[in-house]
Amino acid sequence: MTEEMIIAGFGGQGVLSMGKIIAYSGIMEDKEVTWFPSYGPEMRGGTANVTVIVSDKRISSPVLHEYDTAIILNQQSLDKFEKAVKPGGTLLYDPNGIVNPPTRTDIRIFKVEGTRESVEMGNPKVFNMIILGGFLKVKPILKLDNVEKGLEKSLPERYHKLIPLNLEAIKRGQEIVETVKEV
Amino acid sequence: MGELRLMKGNEVLAEAVIRCGCDGYFGYPITPQSEIMEKLMERQPWTETGMVVLQAESEVAAINMVYGAAGTGKKVMTSSSSPGVSLMAEGISYIAGAELPCLIVNVQRGGPGLGTIQPSQADYFQSVKGGGHGDYKMLVLAPSSVQEMNDFVDLAFELAFKYRNPAMILTDGAIGQMMEKVELSDYKKRWTEEEVVEKNGSWATTGKPASRQRNVITSLELDSDKMEQNNLRFQAKYRRMEAEEQRYEAIQCDDAEYIFVAYGTSARVCQKAMEIARDKGLKVGLLRPITLFPFPKNIVKELAPKVKGFLSVEMNAGQMVEDIKQAVYETQIYRKVEFFGRMGGIIPSPGEVVDALEQKLIGEEK
Repeated sequence: MTEEMIIAGFGGQGVLSMGKIIAYSGIMEDKEVTWFPSYGPEMRGGTANVTVIVSDKRISSPVLHEYDTAIILNQQSLDKFEKAVKPGGTLLYDPNGIVNPPTRTDIRIFKVEGTRESVEMGNPKVFNMIILGGFLKVKPILKLDNVEKGLEKSLPERYHKLIPLNLEAIKRGQEIVETVKEV
Repeated sequence: MGELRLMKGNEVLAEAVIRCGCDGYFGYPITPQSEIMEKLMERQPWTETGMVVLQAESEVAAINMVYGAAGTGKKVMTSSSSPGVSLMAEGISYIAGAELPCLIVNVQRGGPGLGTIQPSQADYFQSVKGGGHGDYKMLVLAPSSVQEMNDFVDLAFELAFKYRNPAMILTDGAIGQMMEKVELSDYKKRWTEEEVVEKNGSWATTGKPASRQRNVITSLELDSDKMEQNNLRFQAKYRRMEAEEQRYEAIQCDDAEYIFVAYGTSARVCQKAMEIARDKGLKVGLLRPITLFPFPKNIVKELAPKVKGFLSVEMNAGQMVEDIKQAVYETQIYRKVEFFGRMGGIIPSPGEVVDALEQKLIGEEK
């Protein structure tokens, strides 16, 4: 199993930390992982993205130009990365702020109303965990108890009391993910 | 060895420095390696091991602090990125000329000039051919994973002290910034004053006992005959490094007809390119130099008769390719040595590496 994914959105949406949680959860499952972020001025208020690879074997290139999965959280990232999904691959996006939805017909497309749902849950910070839940539903590459361990590892101890809320958000994401297109 | 962690290359390097018993770090911040000093400051090793961490007023000051501290026989280091390392070049030449051990880390970014902050390998020549003035060499190690950012710290210090010579870890923004699974080394104690005297007392300024002459640390020698003798001694040392320290990893080279030669981040890209090429039925191997000086030319010479050609893949305009050509030339056998690279902070894609292989090496045959 090798899952090559890109997560892309605005800085502040929790893109990099979602990637980190996936990577740490991968380690908890004894997998090889890499996490490669955009860095520097790119991240100051602009778009942020991170390439995460989870695999059973030694990972070759940490930098990729096509992906099994793209998790897309704003229009700029959709414009940039829709074309980079491998044929038959998966695109998952939050429709909030998306004016031109994805058009490809050779990939699976899913949407998660993460922004709306996080407001309903009363905590916009769990937005990225709702999206993560949607991803894990359509691509169950990690077990939920390992994700819990991954959360413990990647969050500083003072935030551990928020883990139940994060897990709830993940479960919510799993429930609300909608299929836009199957291939 | 302990638990597995997920850490950035830069942070791992800082952690490894503390754990290997380093005595002092002197540096000045620059992207994409600022996390090294940030991590060191956050860890406050002076409370734990007594290690000094000091932010100097400039790169020039930092390297001269390293020069001075290295003269006392302690394990000291600095880190920077390309433009900062250029500023240090004078000091590095002095350290090499005074034959002192130290570690210099260069997390490369795209140049020339201030350039970009994205990953690059354009400082290969600067690192392996000199960089500063005069005929000197550094031992240069090129990690290609976050794990090697841990492993090579101890190795670099070991080699630096073995040869009394500056050692460099030459990496780039990608490996500095990315996170991977890593197993950190166990703690080693810093040398005590007695151990420093015992190990390095023959040359370091550890305080003069009555039993020996003064240890003088300088690169200056106004008598040309003596200066030539010094140079001959340095050259003999560099030849000894070439004879004893060539390190590399050869992946699927046994049945290969074509060899990618790449180090650091581009080696990772080439590994992927190799998988793609093998799926297409092309017999491709990857030779990954681990030491860039000494360049692992013996393995190139060993492979040359068995293969049809080499493709050097670098994040620059073609630098290491010259060392591959030199090694192939020494075999007196003709083999094609081609180059593919991207510049300015662009990481080549595995697909374009395979295209380059087919166009530059294989295409010619058809």
